[in-house]
Order: sequence, then C-alpha cells, then structure tokens
Amino acid sequence: MRREGSAFNGLGVVMLKELADHLTSVRFIILELIVMLIAVGTVYVATQQIKDTVAEDPFLFLKFFTTSREPLPSFIFWLSLLVPVMAIGLTFDAVNGEHNRRTLSRILSQPIYRDALLFGKFLGALMTLAIALVVLWLLVVGLGLLFIGIPPGGEEIARAFVFLLVTIVYAGVWLSLALLFSILFRSAATAALATLGLWLFFYVIWPVLAGELATIIVPPDPRYTALGLQTPGTVVLEQILARLSPSTLFGEIVVAILDPTTRALGPIYLSQLQGAVLGSPLPLAASVLIAWPQIVGLIATTIILFVIGYVVFQRQEVRA
Amino acid sequence: MSGDTVIEAKDLTKTYGQAVAVDHISFSVGRGEIFGLLGPNGAGKTTTILMLLGLTDISGGEVSVLGFNPAREPLSVKRRVGYLPDTVGFYDQLTAADNLRYTARLIGFRFNEREKRIAEALERVGLPDSANHYVGTFSRGMRQRLGLAEILMKGAQIAILDEPTSGLDPHATTELLGIIRRFKAEGVSVLLSSHLLERVQSVCDRVALFSAGRIALMGTVSELGREVLGAGYVVDIEAEGAGLAERLALIPGVSGLEQTGIGKLRLHADRDVRSEAAAEVVAMQGRLKYLGVQEPSLEAIYNHYFESKPDEVPKEGARHAA
Repeated sequence: MRREGSAFNGLGVVMLKELADHLTSVRFIILELIVMLIAVGTVYVATQQIKDTVAEDPFLFLKFFTTSREPLPSFIFWLSLLVPVMAIGLTFDAVNGEHNRRTLSRILSQPIYRDALLFGKFLGALMTLAIALVVLWLLVVGLGLLFIGIPPGGEEIARAFVFLLVTIVYAGVWLSLALLFSILFRSAATAALATLGLWLFFYVIWPVLAGELATIIVPPDPRYTALGLQTPGTVVLEQILARLSPSTLFGEIVVAILDPTTRALGPIYLSQLQGAVLGSPLPLAASVLIAWPQIVGLIATTIILFVIGYVVFQRQEVRA
Repeated sequence: MSGDTVIEAKDLTKTYGQAVAVDHISFSVGRGEIFGLLGPNGAGKTTTILMLLGLTDISGGEVSVLGFNPAREPLSVKRRVGYLPDTVGFYDQLTAADNLRYTARLIGFRFNEREKRIAEALERVGLPDSANHYVGTFSRGMRQRLGLAEILMKGAQIAILDEPTSGLDPHATTELLGIIRRFKAEGVSVLLSSHLLERVQSVCDRVALFSAGRIALMGTVSELGREVLGAGYVVDIEAEGAGLAERLALIPGVSGLEQTGIGKLRLHADRDVRSEAAAEVVAMQGRLKYLGVQEPSLEAIYNHYFESKPDEVPKEGARHAA
C-alpha cells in the first residue's frame, strides 16, 4: 500500500521550530554556559602546560584538546562527558513532552506524517548541538591562537575539523537514544533518568565490567601471567566487549585523530610494526582509516536507535 | 443525501487485541450538519474520531471523509479537516499567533496568506487582543477558542471537536457553542463528541448515542425522544378556570392529562397542542399563566434507554443506526 504524498512534508518546518525552541530555551543556555566555562578553563590550563614544554612538537595545536594538568582533566575528557549530557538534555522530552502538553494529536492532525515530526525533532536537536559544538571549536581554536600565538598548520586544522565532525556524530548517538526513550516512556523524568542511567553505565561501569567479563569467559593463561603479560585472547575479548559502548568508540577515534602517532587501536601485532618508524606521525587519511570502523560503528548505532524509535512511534497511539 | 455527505462510515471497527473499542458502527454526516457523538467516557467516541483522521489504524469496515480514505490518503483528509482534541494543548512558551503560525507553516500557507488567515481567525473567536500573549497565560476556555481559531485558519470543511465543552464554565461554554453554530452557518460540517448531554443537545442537528463501542441510538433529539420515551409531546399549562381539565382532555391528539400542582396541568399528546390549549383557556375566560412544551431531554432519553435495557448489548445496530 503506497502512502500518498511525501513523508518529508513539513520536515523543514518542524526542524526550524525545534531549532528555535532549543536555541531560546533556558536549558540550552545553561548547558552552553557550562561548556564555555570548561572550554576557556581547559584551554588556559593547557596553554600553561604547553608553555612549560620545551620539546618541539609538529602538532602543538592539537595539544589544546588533549593536554591536561592536575587537577583539571583535558578538554576532550570534558567534551566526552558533556556531549552526551547535552544531547540527552535536548531530546529526553522530545516526544513525551508533546504527549504531555497534549500538542501531539493537534500537530499530527495537520497534513504531515509522523516521520516528519520525528525526523525534524532529531535534525533540529542535532543542528542545535552542531551549532554549539562549532562555536566551542572556534572558541578553542581562537583561544589557542591568542594564548600561544603560533598559527596551526593545515593538517592540524584538518584533524581538528575531523574531530569536530566525529563529536557531532557522537552527539547523534545520544540524541537518538534519548529520542527513543522519550518515545518509550510517557514520563519525561523517567526517560531522562533511564537515558542518563544507560549513559553512566556505558561510560563508567561497562569498561570495568568488560574486563571482568573477559577474564571470566577467557581465563588468563598462567604462562602469560607468569611473564607479567596479558593473555591475548582475554585482551581481544575485553576490547570487543568494551567497544559495545559508544563512549569507548568515541575515545578510540579521538586518540587516532588527535594523536597522529597512533598506529593501531588495540593490541599491536609484530606485522604492523614492520617497516614502521616508531613515534613518527601518520598522514590524516591513514589516521581516519584506523578509526574508520569506530566511526561507522557510531553512525550505525545512531541509525539503529533512530529506526527502533521510528517503528515504535509509528505504532504508538496518539491519544493522551 | 449522497451528494452532500461529507463523512460516511460503514461497519467501522477498532480492536485492540481482544478488546473491541468500536464495534461495527455506521453513520453519515451531511454538509453543514452538526452531528453529535454522545456517550460516556470510554464508549469509543475518541477512537472513532481518530480513525476518521487516519491517526489510528482501522481494524475493519470502511470510512470515507470528503471522498478520501483516511487510511490511504491521510494528507488529503487532514488538509481539509480541522481537529480540536480533547483538552487541546498549545506550546506555552509561544504566543497565540506563533502557535497558529507553526500550524500554518505545517499546512503550507505562504507568508501573506498565513498572516491574513491568522488575524481573521483570532478575530472571529474573540481573541484578537491576545494574539501576542503567551499561551501559558491562557485560561482553559481561551485555549479551546484558540483551537477553534486553528480550525478556522485552516479553512476546514469539516470540524471535528472532541469534548469541546468539558471543563469550561457556563459562560465559556455558551461562547464556544456560539462559535460552533457559526461554523454551521458557513457550511462547515461539525462532528462533536461529548459526554455532557444537555449542553450539546442545543446545537446538534442529529446525535448518535454511543454505548460500549456501538451506536445505540441515532437521529434528531425529538426523534429519539419519541422512539425511546414513547409519547410524543408533553405540554405544561398553568392556568385558572373551572372545568379546564375536562375541556383540555378533549383536544384531539391529547392522550393523557395529569394534575401536577395547584392550577398546573400536564398534557401528553402526539403533536404540539399548545395553540389549541391556549385557545381553550381563553375561550373559557380562564387566566393563562404558563404554557410550554417540553423538549425531550437527551439525558432523559439516554437514561431511559439504558435503564429499560440494562442487559442489552445490541447484536444488530442496524435498527437504530439508520
């Protein structure tokens, strides 16, 4: 049975409305202020640290993102912490909010499909986050220029830009998760708690649990343990398990992109070291290639979560 | 009335698993008619409305809205039908006009037309001064009126109103019913649902009484009154004069007469006998103080119907659902 008309009727209208709502909401302004403060703080601290370093570094600029000084963690640490919180903060009440305000049936009685509403909400939130992240990125780059006065090279900017794109993709994962939960749970508070809980689980508990699970499933070989080494089977399994968490994937991508000397994510085999000049940087394309499976993984997770939400939403009753 | 039928439902059915929410109902609404879906909460009124709008799947039967099938051509239906949901909600952080602007964009009106329609619609529901006020400050009645403004702005041919008067004070209700009557005057068909029988009785041309997912009774209020309450007209008279009762009882068509108080009489007749009764009183040189005919009340019809048939779960709606 073919549906009449386009599923994207009204998509742009919904998206722009969501964007306007987000950008003017107090919630967003608070989140943005926190992020700004952290950006300024971490970049300043990183500058102090970099000024103390005398060693020559061809990728000095990227250090702004990764350098930390006690007690303040690095910029990317904060970013990996705050991007999910911002994403969840923007969409945890996307659909159930319309339900609870009793606007859903009124909006859906206009000549649009539910597709447009859901997709518009996702894109609106993603654009909001993208705007925020671009601003943040420019802020860091600008502050970096201001503080150390050395212009970044082309490749540094390219790497920083790829990092920005990846961060937006990472935000997409949490956006679609929060969107899914806002469809599944009628109460916005429940949806927010469930999403935050899942995020904490993946961010804090899962990395530990992955190690434990791996040791249980593939017990360490005493011969390796005696030599003070990790059992390859256990390490590989631990990594496979850990990579089920989007936070792990994002962390690995960031390492590959922002540290050009990264040659592999995970155990390095002797064959990979053949002919390699250790410590020498890889070209950007090679770095992206290393992180490519992780990037695809993040995009796929976003799509899968969105599709689940889409299917549930299509079958949901609109009545309050 | 085939040419002028805007909504035609035939054996419309909705099931949720084993539970039957709407059970083979058939009805039609003509152009410019105010049709009431009445019945207690949970009788299937809202589900029926959602099926008409294509907002919920139809389990069985056929329905045509302005010649379109809501399941297959929902956009065509939704472009021409305005819907005011039960306890309608608006975005509190937006103004009344901005709320309508959002809807107008979704419908696809261009800027000039949009502004013109919004201004007109707000004017007609009596909210022109509140256009730039935040909806968060609106009372319940104002929200309902804003909902009607949305339907007006849309230029809908059919207005579907779900419980439009519930929760409103008497004044707001009267205003709302006035706006609904104006819909009719402009040739817009109105389908409204309510559990408040009395309020709605005054505006509906025809009503369908819902009970447990079925249409138990359908027709004009006076038709239903005659069908359910038996005797046609009840005329109350308050007059003074000797031997008045005997004379009134002789009026052709009067089937019964009872004394309801001092000088108060109640006539049961199969037609409106007010003029004859007045003539009799005057002829006897009596003093006529009051003369009135009782409209059958929907509530009385409803209660009478379900009291007299408490066990009836109609197997065939056909007798009533004409």
